[in-house]
Amino acid sequence: MKNWMLGVAFACVLPACVTINIYFPAAAAEKAADKIIDDVWQLKNGTEKPSVNVGEPAAK
Amino acid sequence: MKKLLAGFVLLFGTLFLPQLVIAAADLEVNTPAISAIKGSMQARHGQLAAHYASGAVGLTKDGMVAVRDANSVPLKDRGALNSAVAAENADRAKLYKEIATANGHPEWQPEIQSTFASRWIDKAQSGWWVQGAGGWVQK
Repeated sequence: MKNWMLGVAFACVLPACVTINIYFPAAAAEKAADKIIDDVWQLKNGTEKPSVNVGEPAAK
Repeated sequence: MKKLLAGFVLLFGTLFLPQLVIAAADLEVNTPAISAIKGSMQARHGQLAAHYASGAVGLTKDGMVAVRDANSVPLKDRGALNSAVAAENADRAKLYKEIATANGHPEWQPEIQSTFASRWIDKAQSGWWVQGAGGWVQK
């Protein structure tokens, strides 16, 4: 009885692992992209304040 | 009967829990290589932002940048413009590749690139030019 259950569990878990490895985490990628873009464009948590056109940028 | 039920609960747990865990996990983006590329892009942004605003440079639908209207830039500055665009695209290509390899999935690069493409465009300031399915549009 126990052996039978273990066998089924294994049979189900194994393909699940394979599926996970090739699955692209779209939500995580979006989050990562947002973080990097905010850093590169220096957007402060969503407020689209342009750091450009304010006189001479980063002169000092 | 109780044992069988517990078995099924365990079975479904092992089936679906790993997927939830993976879905909630973040992508690794804090490697030294990625930070270096980010720093270089950040430094270049001051220069490029003026060109985004003027429309000389636009954001492409494949997550890159392109010279859209070279005529809006004085002739003497066009060399600098072209090299800034080329350097930016080289950094972006490296960034997408680095994120994919840092997460152990080099084959994810195209998907990471297309994710970035839509996020760059979403976050672009109004007045900037972005590439849609039908060509350039101003946000």
